[in-house]
Amino acid sequence: MQYFPCPFCGPREETEFHFAAEAGKPRPEPAAQVSAQSWAAYLYLSAAPKGEAHEIWVHRSCGEFFVMKRNTETRAVLATTALPGRDAE
Amino acid sequence: MTRYSAFSLVSQGLRGHRGWRPAWAKPGRPKPAYDAVIVGGGGHGLATAYYLAKTHGLSRVAVLEKGWIGGGNTGRNTTAVRSNYFYPESVALYDLALRLYEGLSKELNYNVMLSQRGMLIAAHTPAQMEICARIANAMQLNGVDGHLMGAAEAKARIPLLNQTRDARFAPLGGVWQGRAGVARHDAVAWGYARAASALGVDIVENCTVTGIDTQAGAVCGVHTNLGPIRTQRLGLAAAGATPGLAAMVGAALPIHTYALQAFVSEPVKPMLDTVLLYLGTGTYVSQSDKGELVFGGGLDRVPTHGQRGNLPTQETVISGLLEMFPAFAQLKLLRQWAGVVDVVPDSSPVIGPLGPEGMFVNCGWGTGGFKAIPAGGWLLAHLLATSTHHAISRPFDIDRFTTGRLIDEAAGSGIAH
Repeated sequence: MQYFPCPFCGPREETEFHFAAEAGKPRPEPAAQVSAQSWAAYLYLSAAPKGEAHEIWVHRSCGEFFVMKRNTETRAVLATTALPGRDAE
Repeated sequence: MTRYSAFSLVSQGLRGHRGWRPAWAKPGRPKPAYDAVIVGGGGHGLATAYYLAKTHGLSRVAVLEKGWIGGGNTGRNTTAVRSNYFYPESVALYDLALRLYEGLSKELNYNVMLSQRGMLIAAHTPAQMEICARIANAMQLNGVDGHLMGAAEAKARIPLLNQTRDARFAPLGGVWQGRAGVARHDAVAWGYARAASALGVDIVENCTVTGIDTQAGAVCGVHTNLGPIRTQRLGLAAAGATPGLAAMVGAALPIHTYALQAFVSEPVKPMLDTVLLYLGTGTYVSQSDKGELVFGGGLDRVPTHGQRGNLPTQETVISGLLEMFPAFAQLKLLRQWAGVVDVVPDSSPVIGPLGPEGMFVNCGWGTGGFKAIPAGGWLLAHLLATSTHHAISRPFDIDRFTTGRLIDEAAGSGIAH
């Protein structure tokens, strides 16, 4: 069992967390001018990087989404930070 | 290539088995140029090379494998083959694979030990039985064998099933496909490698692709740790490593990579002569010819490129098995391992052109690539040889994510991811 550090609750078991998406994908705006290609890319395409990854996870116990920096080969967690505007302190 | 036969086996036996030749040639280093290069020496890549040489007459073909052939997901799966899917596009694809599997031992002159022992997807609630009836009807409409099986027949076929009164998931029956079964996974890789090698295909192991060269928007070669190779046709069949290869030309895929675990128990006498998937536990199991129970379940929920599993999923899968067969609690676990699978949002593969002209992918098989090996190879070979889709691969083009014509087998046939 691996422990992931929730920025709000501290270290918790991995089963309490759920991977949501890769981080750093801005939603294309305004909707009326977004092409089908860029919308599909936003919805579906991902990098699936080998090594360091920036991902959005949700801690299902407290319901907070946050950014986790991880190594996808070693599974080491490098950092977790709250989303902008969600102060963990 | 010396043909394998009962005669060759007996004559070798009389000579102490000292005359066997290596099944395929090991060139060691690639040539400077090929008509087509395939990245990934698993089942899909080797099958692609075989059909390119056999069906399309291309002999200057190389398969580049960063490790050893069949050492990725081809050697790590639980060997089930089946075509019990929901959508017509999927059934056309997976049943092409199953039909090719049915003739594969003869085609390759290599015994892939296909055993069509049937597969039951077991349901436990009236709602699940209705879903199973829907899948069985869809299979029949799509021209594939399959029928709804009742509880009595299911229990008669698999008498060791948990039938105690406190069973959490009592079997009510389910969908049965009689042509489903298992095949020896290593033999599929080795058989395709041997047959492709005999047709002049170079299979280069320990060869890692480090870059892809393009010129005027078309592929013109690859860089590897064993030197550059010129080619205008490039096929990627590297499962979880495909997104990294696509990124070399700035292309992206709708893929997340997860570890999928599998397990074998110590060998025991024959007691389970079908393949069984429990909808309630998500665990599936069959018994190998050596007597081991081969089983697995859902994905590890943490995206990864490491070929090893995590403990919570092991606990889920093993406890699921014991719920299905309480008697198996006496068995010891022999081995456990994982492969990195390429999971697509609609649980269907991505087959077709990607990025520069001349580059094609066959990936996104997720947890179900082994059963599709002959079809994946057949279709990628067609793309590489003709630069156009086969009618069966057309619906699986990456453009379905832009047009919205997804083939959602996660919803259609209840794939657990």
